[in-house]
This record gives sequence, structure tokens and C-alpha cells, in this order.
Amino acid sequence: MMRIFVEGIGILAPGLEGWPSTREVLANTRPYEPRPVSAPSAGLLPPAERRRAGLTVRLAMAVGIEALGQAQRASQEMPMVFATSGGDGETIHEILTVLATEQREVSPTRFHNSVHNAPSGYWALATGSRAPSVSLSAYDDSFAAGLLEAAVQVTVHDTPVTLIAYDVPYPPPLHAARPVAATFGTALVLAPHGSERTLASLTVAMADFPQSTTRMLDPELERLRLANPAARALPLLAAMARGDGGMIHLNEIDVAVAAL
Amino acid sequence: MHPLHIGHLAIASSAGIGVAATLSSLRSGTSGLRPCEFETVRLPTFVGAIDALADVALPDALAAFDCRNNRLAEMALGQDGFEEAVADAVARHGTRRIGLFLGTSTSGILQAELAYRARDATTGNLPQDFDYQRTQNVASLAGYLRQRLGIGGPSFVVSCACASTAKTFGCAARMIEAGVCDAAIVGGADTLCLTTLYGFHALALDAPGPCRPFDIARDGISIGEAAGFALLERSHAHTGSDAIMLLGVGESNDAYHMSSPHPDGIGARLAMERALNVAGLAACDIDYINLHGTATRVGDAAEDLAVVTLFGSDTPCSSTKGQTGHSLGAAGIVEAIISVLAIREGLMPGSAHTETVDPSFRSHYLLKTQPARIRTVLSNSFGFGGSNCSLIFGRAR
Repeated sequence: MMRIFVEGIGILAPGLEGWPSTREVLANTRPYEPRPVSAPSAGLLPPAERRRAGLTVRLAMAVGIEALGQAQRASQEMPMVFATSGGDGETIHEILTVLATEQREVSPTRFHNSVHNAPSGYWALATGSRAPSVSLSAYDDSFAAGLLEAAVQVTVHDTPVTLIAYDVPYPPPLHAARPVAATFGTALVLAPHGSERTLASLTVAMADFPQSTTRMLDPELERLRLANPAARALPLLAAMARGDGGMIHLNEIDVAVAAL
Repeated sequence: MHPLHIGHLAIASSAGIGVAATLSSLRSGTSGLRPCEFETVRLPTFVGAIDALADVALPDALAAFDCRNNRLAEMALGQDGFEEAVADAVARHGTRRIGLFLGTSTSGILQAELAYRARDATTGNLPQDFDYQRTQNVASLAGYLRQRLGIGGPSFVVSCACASTAKTFGCAARMIEAGVCDAAIVGGADTLCLTTLYGFHALALDAPGPCRPFDIARDGISIGEAAGFALLERSHAHTGSDAIMLLGVGESNDAYHMSSPHPDGIGARLAMERALNVAGLAACDIDYINLHGTATRVGDAAEDLAVVTLFGSDTPCSSTKGQTGHSLGAAGIVEAIISVLAIREGLMPGSAHTETVDPSFRSHYLLKTQPARIRTVLSNSFGFGGSNCSLIFGRAR
């Protein structure tokens, strides 16, 4: 069992743009009005890299910067955990399409952007941070896996860690094989000790036996939760927004949330 | 960190299927690299292919996971009693106390490449039998092994390009240290596919002949395929003094470029320094370094500089990619296993295909395999996105 402290939250999803207004929506003090996410800029990157950065890079960067800003933590020397089910579908689709042609002329930039850890690489380029980072996937449980990995790092290394979870819809024909239906990115700055910046504490543990996953009560938000692997974070974000604490079940991982 | 006992190993690469064949290849300096005849690929390059994968079958109940990558994982599992060792660990610790931290870069993307060639002419749809989740997706490998081995603890797949499987040792060490699990299976698989063969060709990073790490005439990588696994457990009272342990893990980012390493080797040096710090060792405590050494012009030069800056010019080092090829995401586990074998069997591997070491390099590079009493080895893995990982293995102290 690991107790960690949330210092900053970032979010970008349909109708949930930034933590201040999202917090009101998830606390039921503002109606949820879904609308398409506008592609965030990749402002931190040098101009040449900015042109090459795809949607996953921009999304990860936008939510990461929001969360670090709230936490008043520098990105320098901040260990990072990137959790994403499948990465940049647009780039993979372009490569697969070219490989099905006679010439098979793969773009070198698309090829290096196709790696699962591309957002991690661009994050390091943008921030200049040489701190360790890990990029992982556990399919629909990627957010829970990332939270577990981040909580373990915070606890074992006694250091703050930033978790960024994101996934984006895939273009056809991949979409039919992996129907991610909405864009969703979220970030949590997690610290080993409480402070005046603490928003909530989380006690993270493997479940003794699998519990039924915590759902969203609002049908639109429940649809969003199921539409994107990163949106599996919503019940945890909602518990922090309400500030009333409680136990959140993320498949095999239990998270006890306490407001401070 | 608390040293972790390397309980059991399994390996399959073009240089050998199983530990005995791998050792024999290391001793004789033979190479698994051949001209590329993979699938429909027609590129002037060499690869380390495992032809016997065509005959590997997954258990019927898990047939939906069938793809080249999971077949190679299945092949490796069957080597050297690894499956039995896992069953024994499950019996001792309980299924939910064993973690599964695996790595891959391209998973089963070959299935998607084939599916895109078979799109419906009118609708553009992929064939009905294409199973994205169980083949192409990065997490497919963990999904397969979780069911195949009956593991119920924490599990995920790390995908940090060519540092992927090296980094799984870090995940396992932290998880065990935090008490989330008592033992862990680490490693993973990467297999030949068109994406990496044509991708590296587009970057002009593939060699026309077999790769020649650290050679004056080195001209790029040879892609290989490989799988490997290691069972890690906390050391306990009856861990013998001859046991081989994971002593340190060091990770860093280059923050320099997506597909080219920092020319001064800054990120590589940081990873090695951090591994030494974690292990509580000084540079002079390392007896042999298994280099990343992929045989690119820039990569080898940067690694030589990083090694010399930290270790000077006396510590023997070599890259074994001339024997195995660069198995990308699997390179970390392959070379971790070679490092453990170097300690256990008392040898320092030479470098197949390398003839004349670049005279501008200053590290102590080994061309021929030689016997040696080795206590401690450092192994490097560096990947796209500037992801670096160094591991240190050694005898129990």
C-alpha cells in the first residue's frame, strides 16, 4: 500500500478543457457539455520539432504543462511516466498504408515518430530534462498501470513523479479494429509528502481480489470513460473534484482518495 | 536498491536458441546474420532471422494471439526449463504476487502490415480476422504471457524503443522494493517486420552487409529478432554466494534528438553513472561492459566517448550485435542474459564481423572472445526518443 499526494492535475478531453472548469463539471456544479477538442499547440518545442509533433505529443505536452504549473514544479529533473494504450494511430496508419504500396517509401520522420515513447522523447526535447521516463501500455488498463508505476517510483525513490495518460482516435480502417471514440489526455503530479500544494492524497494498492470497476453516474461521462483508455481516469478525477473521498476501483488496482 | 536474484533465464535469438546454443555462439564468435530474405522484403541488407518461427504453434486456447512476436515469446519460454521455473515461483509466492514487466518496440505489427495489404477493394476495410488487441497492440505480449503462464500480479508492457526490455528490470526492481510483488518476470520480444526494415532503410541506418560494431568501416545496423526472459526474486537466506544478481539500474533521457544520440554521449554517460550510484559501485569495480554498439557511425562514437569519460581506456568492452543483430526492443534482455552468462561461464565475448577498431576510439574494445574471471558487468541499451538504460549484474556480495 502506497500513500502519495496529488499536487497538480491536467486534463484535455471533449468538454473538459483544463482542471478548473473540469473540476466543476465532475463535482456536478456545472453541466457537462461535450464538444470536440481543439488540437493544442506544441509551443514549448523548437520550431522544427513543433512541425513534426503529432496529436499525441501535443496532447501529452498540454496536460503535463497544466499539471506542473498547478504544482509549481519545474519539468527539469522530473521523472515521467507516460501511459498510452497504442500511441499515435495517424502515424502508424500512414506507415502501414505506404508499406502496402509497391514502393514502400516510409518517411524517416514518420518512422521515428511511430515509437510508443515519441511523446516522452519530445517532452525531453521541449523541457531539456534528462530525468528518467518510462512509456508503457496495458491496453484498456493503461491508466491504472501508469498510476501503479508512478506510485511505486514516488514511494521507492522518495521523489515527485508526473504521470501523463493519453490516447487519440485512430483513422479508418484501424478505427474499426480499435474504436477509440474520443481524444483524452490527463496528467497528475504526484509527490511523496503532503504540502500546502496538496490537492488530495491517494492510497494505491493491488486489489486483493478484482472488484467491479467504479463507473461514472452521468451517462455522458460514462460514455466518455469507455470511449478512451485514458478516460478510465475519470472516476478518480471525479472523486478528487468532489473532495469527499472514497474508494475507486480501477480493475485490479484500488485507490483510496482522501481530500486534504 | 536491494540486489535481486536472477533466478532463471530463457533466450532465443538468431545467434542461438537456448542458453547452450547462445554460449556456443559466443565462444566461437559465429554470427546469425544472413542476407535478408524476410517475407517480401527486398532490401540490400542483412538480418538475424529465426526461420524456425514458421513451425511454432501457440496453445489452441490462445490461438487468437498468433503473430510472429508471440510465437517468438512462446519459443523462448520453452527453453532451459523457464516455464517450469515460473510454475515453481507461482507455487512458492502465489500467482498474484508475481509481476510481469515486458518490453517490445513493434509487438505484432507484422499482422497489421499483412492486413493493410488485404484491405477490401471497395470499402477499404481490414480483413475480419485481424485481431488488433491480441497482435498489433503493444500490450499483446503481456496479455499472452499472463494467460499462458497464469500470472495474476501487476503487468504491463514497456515500449521505449531499443531500451524497452532493459527498462523492464527497473520496473521489476521498483515493484519488488515497494512490496507490490515478491518476484517478477522481465524481458520481452521483438520480431522482424516491414516497419522497422523499411524504416531504418529510410533513415539510411541499415548496413548493406553484416553490421560491424566499432569498426573503422562500420556502416549501420543489422536488424535481428529475439526474445528473452528472466525471473527475478529478492535474495534470501539460501541464495548462494555464487548467485548472480541485478545490482543496479540507471535510466536517463538525451533531450537531444528523436533518432540520433547526443554526440557527446551525455545521456549514455548519465545512465551508466546512475546505475553505478544505485549499485554503490565505482567505475573501477566493473570488469566488462556489454555495449549498445549498433554499428552506426554516430552511435558508436558517442558511446565510446561516454565509456572512456567514465571508465577510462582499460575496462574491456564489446558489442555482441555482430552475433545477434540489433533485436531493437529485445536487445536489452538479450544482452542482460549475455552479461549474466559472461559472469557465470567466465568469458568476455568478442565482436563478430568487426575487423579494425576505429582508431579514433579510446575504449578497450575486444575483437575476440576470451576467458576471464568476471564479477561485475555493465550492459547498455539506448533507443529512439533518447531513451537510455544501463544495467549492472554481479556475483552476490
